[in-house]
Amino acid sequence: MVHTSANGAPTRITQGAPTQGGIGESTLRPDGTLKVTGEFAYASDMWHEDMLWGQILRSTVAHAEIVSIDTSEALATPGVYAVLTYDDLPTEVRTYGLEIQDTPVLAHGRVRHHGEPVAVVAADHPETARRAAARIKVEYRDLPVITDEASATAPDAVLLHENRTDPHAAHVPHPNIVHRQPIIRGDVEQARGRADVIVEGEYVFGMQDQAFLGPESGLAVPAEDGGVDLYIATQWLHADLRQIAPVLGLPEDKIRMTLSGVGGAFGGREDLSMQIHACLLALRTGKPVKMVYNRFESFFGHVHRHPAKLYYEHGATHDGKLTHVKARIVLDGGAYASSSPAVVGNAASLGVGPYIVDDVDIEAVALYTNNPPCGAMRGFGAVQACFAYEAQMDKLAGRLGMDPVEFRRLNAMSQGSLMPTGQVVDSPAPVAELLRRVKAMPLPPEQQWLVAGEDADLRQLPGGLSNTTHGEGVVRGIGYAVGIKNVGFSEGFDDYSTARVRLEAVGGEPVATVHTAMAEVGQGGVTVHAQIARTELGVAQVTIRPADTQVGSAGSTSASRQTYVTGGAVKHACELVREQVLDRGRRMFGAHHPAWATAELLLEGGKVVTDGGEVLADLVDVLGDEAVEIEQEWRHRPTEPFDLRTGQGVGHVQYSFAAHRAVVEVDTDLGLVKVIELACAQDVGKALNPLSVTGQIQGGTTQGLGVAVMEEIIVDPKTAKVRNPSFTDYLIPTILDTPTIPVDVLELADDHAPYGLRGVGEAPTLSSTPAVLAAIRNATGLELNRTPVRPEHLTGA
Amino acid sequence: MRVNFTVNGRPQQADDVWEGESLLYVLRERLGLPGSKNACEQGECGSCTVRLDGVPVCSCLVAAGQAEGSEIVTVEGLAEYARQRACGTGGCDTSAECGTSGDEARRWSAHGTDSATGEGTELAPIQQAFIDAGAVQCGFCTPGLLVAADEMLERNPNPTDADIREALSGNLCRCTGYEKIMDAVRLAAARQGEGA
Repeated sequence: MVHTSANGAPTRITQGAPTQGGIGESTLRPDGTLKVTGEFAYASDMWHEDMLWGQILRSTVAHAEIVSIDTSEALATPGVYAVLTYDDLPTEVRTYGLEIQDTPVLAHGRVRHHGEPVAVVAADHPETARRAAARIKVEYRDLPVITDEASATAPDAVLLHENRTDPHAAHVPHPNIVHRQPIIRGDVEQARGRADVIVEGEYVFGMQDQAFLGPESGLAVPAEDGGVDLYIATQWLHADLRQIAPVLGLPEDKIRMTLSGVGGAFGGREDLSMQIHACLLALRTGKPVKMVYNRFESFFGHVHRHPAKLYYEHGATHDGKLTHVKARIVLDGGAYASSSPAVVGNAASLGVGPYIVDDVDIEAVALYTNNPPCGAMRGFGAVQACFAYEAQMDKLAGRLGMDPVEFRRLNAMSQGSLMPTGQVVDSPAPVAELLRRVKAMPLPPEQQWLVAGEDADLRQLPGGLSNTTHGEGVVRGIGYAVGIKNVGFSEGFDDYSTARVRLEAVGGEPVATVHTAMAEVGQGGVTVHAQIARTELGVAQVTIRPADTQVGSAGSTSASRQTYVTGGAVKHACELVREQVLDRGRRMFGAHHPAWATAELLLEGGKVVTDGGEVLADLVDVLGDEAVEIEQEWRHRPTEPFDLRTGQGVGHVQYSFAAHRAVVEVDTDLGLVKVIELACAQDVGKALNPLSVTGQIQGGTTQGLGVAVMEEIIVDPKTAKVRNPSFTDYLIPTILDTPTIPVDVLELADDHAPYGLRGVGEAPTLSSTPAVLAAIRNATGLELNRTPVRPEHLTGA
Repeated sequence: MRVNFTVNGRPQQADDVWEGESLLYVLRERLGLPGSKNACEQGECGSCTVRLDGVPVCSCLVAAGQAEGSEIVTVEGLAEYARQRACGTGGCDTSAECGTSGDEARRWSAHGTDSATGEGTELAPIQQAFIDAGAVQCGFCTPGLLVAADEMLERNPNPTDADIREALSGNLCRCTGYEKIMDAVRLAAARQGEGA
């Protein structure tokens, strides 16, 4: 029995009794053994007989005209097979981009940011390639750098991109603004009159790096048919393909892409990195070409999270009801658009947070500057807004003399509430309940550094083994935050996925094979696909095929969408396979037993059974020698664009919510912070794999912790050059920096989603940061309007 | 130059090694042992951790020539190393496979039963614990963490949480938030205790 919603999309399971290894169980990763033995083949592990190594030469300045490029010395280096510049590109298509095709494959006459690719080299040893690249002579003539809103929109500002023809060019107030999205609802001027208390704030969010551990890498192998086989770590194979093919001048079917092992992504692999360069070198030299960034290059090789300036005004009545929110969010998109327009849409539409506010006036913009390009990172525009609106909520609660959690609960949205875009939240939105739960968790003991014994355990104190304090000057603080994130691609995007499912008898056992192009980046999608197939087809054995472009697009592994959308596609394809198998069974065996025609039939334990539990046939007998295979696209509910003037529109597919409580201890003398505990409560609709769900929440929480107290790419405001492109100078949390993260998972089904599930990955990254900031404010009494917090912000030194 | 050392119990020889090559590069690109990872090549992330004459080191910071004559254990040899430690015997013969070719990668497919049963693959207790506890997501930090955690449990079979955090503080993980890694090490320690 398949339950189907009005638009024909299947929604819920009814496959009888739970199948062992099916959904809802914490089954283990199918790639786990390979990953713990070192055999799992990541992109940087690829190897091919006679392969060459590719190396990119990147600009040493942020904004300059290229006067000349001399490659002769590089080409003359023994071991070098090719040196390519813009002039060597094979077709007229020489730019690419996720939303706007504005990014040069190799710089043409001008570089717009520090680290922009200028030339590529192929050589027989990576060091030879590096040295040859260093011998390329590039003469630059400096141009003035644009680094912020004032310099970007000055009347005489140099335009980052002249003669724009992209869809946003017509409505932006200045050509150095990528996209502008207002959200206007009600009448803020009038609502302000009702406010008893008004608080304003200006907030700064630093530039965060995804810092996935597996560096950008891939192997391009030229094929006999003139095409190329590309083994690559990415988040969306088909989006890469769409951008690569026209630059190479090849039809898409001559570029065969296979996902190799992906060492994390977090948004940083949505844009192309070395894909086109490796293919160009392979096609030019006729040899396989491997490219692997080192960590230094990786900091230049992908977009970052948009740094932001946020200006907020909130009003409330004496009894604690929000009257209005007015906000302006300025995101720095850097030199190229990447996914800036969509980030703007998110920041604007989610800019109020999970609260009921009738009167809203928000404007979000993304700038073109000479800073590093910014685009997708876990949380995608919602993160920056959450940092600011949650600081405002605490400020308001303080002014009203209310408990910050109670104040939030009083204004929390719930199912049926209206977003400021006019969209009705039509599935559970347990904001108040998540706050209640996270507050109800037991607190870690006071002076926990003494718990182990009489002497202070330095490792439990701010400053740790640096032996900076034994507890003197250490003050505890507690802070709360909650956030709202959209799930799936928004604003009218055709956000589909494709799954191919095959069911056959192998060695006397029914085996299901699932083939999708979903990028497994660590999140565990492969685990969940196998669980879905077991549940829907009642089999034990499931094989997950490697992701490649031999099957239809799965869409991106981003926006917390893959379990929903590709999981939905796998479920849908399984249901179609099941129907076909049952039809075959009815034809073959229907005459033997009337239940074939009259009963609800299920697939369980490798058998066809009635809903009453009677076994009608072995699946193996129904399948015989003939496999059943179906490839099918699947779509969630459509969305629509936001109105360009008012921001009104049913723009999002689904919302997800998480709340955090942070407990910190601050050495107020030295400004050192130790986060003691970071508790999270999140609604996941349905936990298909509880172990993986917890892992996602803890991982997302930790990335939020990082940008609260340590992570920031420092860009010199005078030169727009990156000053800390290494793990020595860009710090991500270690196991010593990371506290225990108790997780409370709520499962309130969204009836529109497969199994009622709700995308999990991003929401915990939102509220983690403002919760930590709130806790530090609670400990120190300081205002702290920027993140990350540094010691000098706490000591005033 | 030529470099000779023992990797996972087997004598290895690498020829035409450029003097600037790291031990990590020679393991990954010349000896077909890509299990040790290259996340930073700056000695900051620990993903390339191997045992060099018993001591955990970042193999990216060891010049290949410095390893001349040494005994090296990588993640590929961890199961055998742990087995022999448990048996208290010496000498082993773990063979090194050649690197991962594009062709092999194309044929790779995950099997639903791989991890659940560990069929056909002998694992060290710490490896099994990482799988069981959900400590593996993208897995790029995993080899280095396994080598480091195994070494810690060898020295300190009953670590406190603070001991675990201190011992693993040189190994970055970006996916898990470390909670499941803590679980895995506690689990391995507990199982080790039961088995003793």
